[in-house]
Amino acid sequence: MSLPSASVAWRTARQAALLVGALTLAVLASAQSTTDILHKGEYLARAGDCVACHTVAGGKQFAGGRAMPTPFGNLYVPNITPDDTTGIGKWSSDDFYKTMHQGRSRDGSLLYPAMPFAAYTKVTRADSDAIYAYLMSTPPVRQLNRAHELRFPYNKRQLLLGWRALYFTEGEYQPDVKQTLEWNRGAYLVQGLGHCSMCHTAINALGGSSESKKFQGGMIPNQNWYAPSLTSNREAGLGDWKIEDIMSLLQAGVSHRGTVYGPMAEVVYNSLQYVTDEDIRAMAVYLKALPSDNRRVEGPDPAQLVQPRVLELGRKIYSVQCAMCHGAEGKGAPPAFPPLANNQSIAMDSPVNSIRMVLNGGYAPGTQKNPRPHGMPPFAQLLSDAEVAAVVTYIRVSWDNHGLPVTPKQANAIRSATLD
Amino acid sequence: MILVRFQAGLTNALRVLCAAALTVPLFALADDAAIPAFKTLDSMEARVQACTTCHGQRGQGTDNAYFPRLAGKPAGYLYNQLLSFRDGTRKYAPMNYLVAYLPDAYLKEMADHFSKERPDFMPPTASTRSPAALERGAKLVLGGDPTRQIPACVACHGAALMGMEPGIPALIGLRSNYLAAQLSRWRSKERRAAAPDCMQRVASRLTDGDIANVSAWLASRPAPADPTPMARDAVRLPIACGSQS
Repeated sequence: MSLPSASVAWRTARQAALLVGALTLAVLASAQSTTDILHKGEYLARAGDCVACHTVAGGKQFAGGRAMPTPFGNLYVPNITPDDTTGIGKWSSDDFYKTMHQGRSRDGSLLYPAMPFAAYTKVTRADSDAIYAYLMSTPPVRQLNRAHELRFPYNKRQLLLGWRALYFTEGEYQPDVKQTLEWNRGAYLVQGLGHCSMCHTAINALGGSSESKKFQGGMIPNQNWYAPSLTSNREAGLGDWKIEDIMSLLQAGVSHRGTVYGPMAEVVYNSLQYVTDEDIRAMAVYLKALPSDNRRVEGPDPAQLVQPRVLELGRKIYSVQCAMCHGAEGKGAPPAFPPLANNQSIAMDSPVNSIRMVLNGGYAPGTQKNPRPHGMPPFAQLLSDAEVAAVVTYIRVSWDNHGLPVTPKQANAIRSATLD
Repeated sequence: MILVRFQAGLTNALRVLCAAALTVPLFALADDAAIPAFKTLDSMEARVQACTTCHGQRGQGTDNAYFPRLAGKPAGYLYNQLLSFRDGTRKYAPMNYLVAYLPDAYLKEMADHFSKERPDFMPPTASTRSPAALERGAKLVLGGDPTRQIPACVACHGAALMGMEPGIPALIGLRSNYLAAQLSRWRSKERRAAAPDCMQRVASRLTDGDIANVSAWLASRPAPADPTPMARDAVRLPIACGSQS
């Protein structure tokens, strides 16, 4: 072997090695950016809580099929796995953005507003693309979509044009330059992917959320839970909460002021526990800054409206069954057992949630920051409607709480409601 | 007008008085096991207070004739049930609701907690069924029915009927209506276990009469001196069970 040829061979090998190295770097860089996009997409899909509706309990992730009861009949949530025939495997990122942004399916048909496109329209194109990339990376599941079972006339999709004219404004989130970056990030998450207004704004007879009543609270259709107002300090308004308590409530599911149960426990469990401290803080900052309504209802002290015997019965039940965890003075042992005194959710106009908690109990969600939550037992099997009403009345009027009394009939209405 | 109001008020007051008279004594008789109590806030005892009003402070059950005893059942069995309730594969709305948002590790801890409890057993319930019916129940439990390919309950649940680690539950300490409801649900495939689902195979061979007789006899049995479940593989099962693998 001669020296020159060896040198040539060496040079060629070195060039080849360099080339391979450069290619590897390029491949690595693109793989890295794919990884980043997928991580981001997964994170955003969680912030949007896609899994809550698009997955049946115990079923395959994103395969759909979950019945969503609405006042207009049952909707069945579609398969959003990348299966070519039954899922969104053949969708482009444009198709996906059209769904998120315009509330139209790939074929142009209008979506029912159970899909929160009125909120998702605020999501940026880049974020929509990341969620799309993430969904495309999940395992495809072959599962046919089930047809909706809506009653006439709600089964006519043309009606949706009217609904859209009333309640839908297309457009990505526009930052408010007068506010901080943090506030804007919080607003983007709360109004967009978080789709908080889906529950925390009253739904009217047409299934629409009125913009002027945004975040003012409302009954969640077909779930028999009340989503409290986020703007009234008499409900879940957060104006007088510490940022840390709001963050803890959203991310851990418990706080020194209150605990999440029911549909909000689901949101924390599937979605908010995975949101970063930074984003949760931004959401807390935005929520705390929402306009607050501090008005107190004028009139006599509600405690005076209660029959003394009812109050006495309520007090007796409270001291035997409730005081162990919530304390004789209703101070609780937060964050394990929430306070009932000075807890806005106890005294708010709708007693539905308090009645439900007494009847069915509840666990706070098990989260990364609170993996072993304490829970409350059900009392439906021990207390009559009159007893439930008495004890709920008692906690609503005691310790400076200014709630209205509850009747046995109200307790009975919730007892008879389905638990789901 | 004032008089009418006064009368209405009086009627209401009477109504409340009657309601109170009816409900207060009932409430005063509340079962001690069903009243929340714990020593330390940061303990499993405090964390499982949500279970107490139905299953009793230590999982011993309550006066209510339906809710099952949890104490001492194999941890694997309790864990499988909690997972099934959470994921909706075992359906009982109050349980599905309660554990819906709890992670595996925590459900495991709850299962371990109750599996280690050893509270006293409730006294067995006197059966309203005829001695002949109870006799038929005893025969099925202890000997099965080879002509119908029904294995004896004791073949898997143990001679003491206290179950076997990790997945086979005790059958003593439960009320007959709970046992009968479970057997019926296995039979109708409403209740399932990991495949191969041995209990479904057994229940599918039972008649309504078998279910009533077996449940009544089991509920009438006193607790054995040693309520500990058998160790894993202490006996070989006559029928394959997914929950034991």
